[in-house]
Amino acid sequence: MEHAALIPHLFRTESRKIISVLGKLLGIQHIEMAEDIAAEAFLAAMETWPFKGIPENPTAWLYSVARNKAKNYLTRHHVFAEKISGEIKNSLPGITETEIDLSEKNITDSQLQMLFAVCHPSLSVEAQIGLALRILCGFGIEEIATALLSNKETINKRLFRAKEKLRSEKISIELPHSVDIDARLETVLRTLYLLFSEGYYSESRDTILREELCLEAMRLTYLLIENEQTNHPPVNALLSLMCFHASRFEARKNENGEIILYHDQNETLWNDALISKGVFYLHQASRGELLSKYHIEANIAYWHTIKADTKEKWEAILQLFNQLLQIEYSPIAALNRTYALSKVKGNQIAIIEAEKLQLNGNHYYFTLLGELYKDIDSNLSRQHLQKAISLAKTKTDKSIIQKKLDAL
Amino acid sequence: MNEFMLIFRHEDGSKVASPEQIQAWMKQTMDWIGSIAAQNKFVLGNGLPFDESCVVWHNQVVTNGPFGEIKETIGGYIIVKANSVEEAVEFAKGCPVLQGDGNSVEVRKIAKRDGVH
Repeated sequence: MEHAALIPHLFRTESRKIISVLGKLLGIQHIEMAEDIAAEAFLAAMETWPFKGIPENPTAWLYSVARNKAKNYLTRHHVFAEKISGEIKNSLPGITETEIDLSEKNITDSQLQMLFAVCHPSLSVEAQIGLALRILCGFGIEEIATALLSNKETINKRLFRAKEKLRSEKISIELPHSVDIDARLETVLRTLYLLFSEGYYSESRDTILREELCLEAMRLTYLLIENEQTNHPPVNALLSLMCFHASRFEARKNENGEIILYHDQNETLWNDALISKGVFYLHQASRGELLSKYHIEANIAYWHTIKADTKEKWEAILQLFNQLLQIEYSPIAALNRTYALSKVKGNQIAIIEAEKLQLNGNHYYFTLLGELYKDIDSNLSRQHLQKAISLAKTKTDKSIIQKKLDAL
Repeated sequence: MNEFMLIFRHEDGSKVASPEQIQAWMKQTMDWIGSIAAQNKFVLGNGLPFDESCVVWHNQVVTNGPFGEIKETIGGYIIVKANSVEEAVEFAKGCPVLQGDGNSVEVRKIAKRDGVH
């Protein structure tokens, strides 16, 4: 790889490691310093490599520069503290006894601990996602803004406030105590689930970036699986769910980047390796008694890897949605349940159920009604689809509904 | 929005029906609950198995089930959200328990902890 391509690639994969290790070492109040040191190491690479050539081991080179810069920072800080400000207490570790450990094990441990810190329940979900993308995924501000359909200014503000909060709450970078781990894991899983969904359902036109968001969410979930203390059944269920969804990456986009709905997908494009992984983690998830929403959603996603419309499949999916809605209501689950009901009991019964939902501001609701009425009353079907178009916000959604209208 | 408890009163299904029949009832019950949950009106629910159940009476007397009239034994309950008792009654009408002659669903409002009720 040429240095022009190599540096951005290394930045993505290595800066987050350096930031996690240094963040862990310096403490959350110095997290920006950790980010600066990582950035400076890459700056040094950009200044040196084009002239002196790419070092034999670029990663080791970066680590050693980061290590030296961190030591300099500690030295300066201690000199300042002793000679000038006269502080007795010092929040930073000493210089001589400090070893900046960039071993694989410490990198993994630090990233896992950092994951718990940025997914702390005192932070808003948006703040957690922003911090995770910045600190743990090595995304630039611009990339975060694109991925989250926002702008740089908003993201900068959000990250600034989130870091303030990390400092003021004195959140430590460590694994929670084993008695708290289930409750803390719940927040972490929810954030990783949303991170994945951001990538999977985002309207952002940048397909590569969206997939990368999904893969990062999977990588972070895998961090939890690698550690004995956090390898709990719901984590496996979540990774299973992600694998099943990710298996359809190729099939759900046409050459223009437009979304292809599940029923119209070419299932030969589904990724068998990811489906097998999904099945594997679903098995891993079935240890223990706890049935999380991720278990149910992973099971639903599993049934969707079987394309054939059998009664058994839809009966199973209906029962799973019945369960899911009891654990946690969401409009989309309510609509999907009604769709499954139509497959099991026919459209007439499903229409009665659908009309009870009264999701009158939701374009998916009217799209579903339009579908259900298709063969029963084409006039009503058309009215519902027109209502759906008027409510749909994005071009993609509007064009999907328009195609249904045209097909009536 | 109030909460109402829907209390199912019916015979011990395992005494009158095959396991397959019971499974079919379970599925119907799940579809019924799923329909309420899809309207975001479900709070919680529990089945109350007839085995390992007792009644404790005045004077510390303990008897095994069934309790009182066979058809009036409580077999389970759910709690729903509803704007009125009428709405809760509409939910109750769909309960599969009512397919059994003599079975019933009792609808009871849950007291709010507002110091009035």
